[in-house]
Amino acid sequence: MQVILPAVLRELADGAGELVVPIDGEAALLRTILDAAFATRPRIGARIRSETGDLRRHVNVFVDGQDVRRRGGLDLVVGSGAVIHILPSIAGG
Amino acid sequence: MTQTLVAIGTRKGLWLARSNDRNTWSLDGPHFLMREVPSIGIDTRREPPRLLVGVRSEHWGPTIMRSDDLGQSWDETPEGAIHFPEDTGAAVERVWQITPDVHDDDVVWASTEPQALWRSADRGETFSLVRGLWDHPHRPEWGAGFGGAAIHTILPDPTDSAEMLVAMSTGGVYRTGDGGDSWSASNTGIKAPYQPDPWPEFGQCVHKVARDSAKPARLYAQNHHGVYRSDDNGGTWTSIAEGLPTDFGFTVVAHPSRSGTLWLIPVTADSERVPPGGQLQVQRSSDAGASWVTCSAGLPAPSYTCVLRDAAAADTHEPAGIYFGTRNGEVYASGDEGDSFARIAEQLPDVLCVRAAVIG
Repeated sequence: MQVILPAVLRELADGAGELVVPIDGEAALLRTILDAAFATRPRIGARIRSETGDLRRHVNVFVDGQDVRRRGGLDLVVGSGAVIHILPSIAGG
Repeated sequence: MTQTLVAIGTRKGLWLARSNDRNTWSLDGPHFLMREVPSIGIDTRREPPRLLVGVRSEHWGPTIMRSDDLGQSWDETPEGAIHFPEDTGAAVERVWQITPDVHDDDVVWASTEPQALWRSADRGETFSLVRGLWDHPHRPEWGAGFGGAAIHTILPDPTDSAEMLVAMSTGGVYRTGDGGDSWSASNTGIKAPYQPDPWPEFGQCVHKVARDSAKPARLYAQNHHGVYRSDDNGGTWTSIAEGLPTDFGFTVVAHPSRSGTLWLIPVTADSERVPPGGQLQVQRSSDAGASWVTCSAGLPAPSYTCVLRDAAAADTHEPAGIYFGTRNGEVYASGDEGDSFARIAEQLPDVLCVRAAVIG
């Protein structure tokens, strides 16, 4: 499983723009994948999800190019070959 | 040689102003560019001093950053310094206040949106929720002012470690006498002119409270219309607004060592959030609010800016310095307790928070 980080978070991953996340089996819930991706990188995890576990309002997650908010959110079942993009939404001024 | 440090938190980052003589200033920043800085604590109780900064990204959420080298480098607790326990179902939106304790050099207090008080026993590296206030039966009725549902004032009592006062918009003043296990609303005498019952037990929109440094049972409050003093540690409040050009404003600052001296920065009205008469000004009292002096030398007119509740602070020099930042990104400093001001920063983002300290 590939997780692509936005540039602004890469300094928290020692410069890595892409994380490879192994999963058990052919698929896993998106929340499980994110848990695994950031278990050793809690600073990144806290920027993507609040302590309630919810995605932050202005953080978007795409699985194979599709916005997960329209596809089941963190309960989306993600296949092992998927590419997960994490991106900031258009917000602010 | 001592150095005066003025930390300036803005909508888009932190700047640090430094001076050896309070006349010439250097400006260092931005730190945390594009992240808002609504709270700053300068902990000078130990060497080296520690800066604790509430930082919030519109995208990536809030955190607390700390520096033990006056801003040359920053660190963050890996698991996060401040987050709600799972059973609350709540998430920190913004850290509104960071206050070093006055009894224990390891203890730091913080407050947040949603309205919660937090205690750290490791100088701000990790915080625990103060359950006594979180579980208060009034909490479902506390409201959100325009700035958010915030506890914005934390005042430990220097005479008794079990006593503390907090204030929130909206909700008003609450006090504990047992170290935070239980809390009582303490708004007697503070009017809520925007409510059907203007004298409720709680629900007041208290904008800021300051404690008199030499008489700690004396407190000063800037309300959403109304300026008050308490001489009984917040038990009762009486108006000290007579003589002011307006009773509206956001901030109040008490002198760091001399009883009875305080500063307000008046705003025309709830419905007109600009300086009275278009003159940016500070109102100073030297007699605990019995009379007021307009301090405007060096301040611009016409001015249509505004100064927010945490955007003013005093240093601990004698005479004291008073500093404030405006919503149009200017910071003014006075080394003579408000007799005259000079602009020490301009063209910054809107200023949310200003804190000052004497270092060295």
